[in-house]
Amino acid sequence: MATVSVCQYHPGGFSFENCKRNALLEADINKLGFSSPAARKTGTTICGVVYKDGVVLGADTRATEGMVVADKNCSKIHYISPNIYCCGAGTAADTEMTTQIISSNLELHALSTGRLPRVATANRMLKQMLFRYQGYIGAALVLGGVDCTGPHLYSIYPHGSTDKLPYVTMGSGSLAAMAVFEDRYRPNMEEEEAKRLVRDAIAAGIFNDLGSGSNIDLCVITKGKVDYLRPHDVANKKGVRTGSYRYKHGTTGVLTKAVIPLNLEVVEESVQTMDTS
Amino acid sequence: MITVFPETDRKYIYADRKDEPSLKMNTRGLRSQLKDSVPVTGLCPQAGPYGVQDSLRRGFSSVKNELLPSHPLELSEKNFQLNQDKMNFNTLRNIQGLHAPLKLQMEYRAAKQIQRLPFLPSSNLALDTLRGSDDTIGFEDILNDPIQSEMMGDPHIMTEYKLGIL
Repeated sequence: MATVSVCQYHPGGFSFENCKRNALLEADINKLGFSSPAARKTGTTICGVVYKDGVVLGADTRATEGMVVADKNCSKIHYISPNIYCCGAGTAADTEMTTQIISSNLELHALSTGRLPRVATANRMLKQMLFRYQGYIGAALVLGGVDCTGPHLYSIYPHGSTDKLPYVTMGSGSLAAMAVFEDRYRPNMEEEEAKRLVRDAIAAGIFNDLGSGSNIDLCVITKGKVDYLRPHDVANKKGVRTGSYRYKHGTTGVLTKAVIPLNLEVVEESVQTMDTS
Repeated sequence: MITVFPETDRKYIYADRKDEPSLKMNTRGLRSQLKDSVPVTGLCPQAGPYGVQDSLRRGFSSVKNELLPSHPLELSEKNFQLNQDKMNFNTLRNIQGLHAPLKLQMEYRAAKQIQRLPFLPSSNLALDTLRGSDDTIGFEDILNDPIQSEMMGDPHIMTEYKLGIL
């Protein structure tokens, strides 16, 4: 007789059932010389700068899967709340889910307090969540926004440490972008100057880093207004084909032509409606 | 064959066989995590349904497999809610005195008893409201929601187990 067992209550959340099996499979696959599928990352350049009236966030738009470009125009600047936006680098799914969860939590929190959410709250929520998972959630974020206390910019690392700075860069192209920032940043810039600076920093990342590419997205956040410029600048235009490989009509000579009509008669006609419920 | 190097600062457990995947884990903190939290008798019992060893899903059975967690986060996630509660009660005791956590724990115990039949998923609404997690969303609400799980325990066996007459 088969034994019956009692189902344990699983509280939900992450399930570690397949970890041992995956470790075994990984070892076997490596022995045979293949490699397991890689997660889609946003090898990225993201940056942010605080200027006179607010915050400018910038990001490139390439998502890679190993050595292949998976998405030529993905959106890396995520909405957190009407006055707070967040750029995400690292594993694409992790940044997407993390920002969505924090956005929902912040909305509930704002409904509970009755006030516009503050950037420091979003920062605290993000860092506590990322620390809880000890860096296994690969999300490196640049969080910026304007609240009642002014414009703020934070950078958040996958293990849960945060920095509050006037200008930050993250991602694989962060060094190239930081070089531009270090050269030309001044406190209390005007909006056009800040947008130009961020655009140049992202362009430096796009042209000098293989993991970043395609267009430049900008997000300008001021008190009461958000300008989401997507795309702000198309840095890498796809080339136009100069020639065509199609053969012209009449290239192949026609020798003979025979037309055979197929006589079909309609026997029965019935209409079946699609179930679109 | 398990070798432990005592001269290093942290304890690592390496498997000798080269073809077995060696999960290098820092096992030093494991004892404190296992100690007084959710009782763990064999983290991953090798028996599948019908009590036979399940090679396909769990691999070859070994003592190491059953004792060590399969992922460094597994233990800390299993005990996360408990540890949070402990920390909060400690803070509350330091700030307001012993009566505050005692009262709260009494209410928690009362709220924990509001459940449906053992094989049905309960909403735990009173417990959530007490904890303050009724207006937060985490991974436990999105991934592996127990309300949407495809498996259900056999009703008779579950009630008999709960009542202790199994």
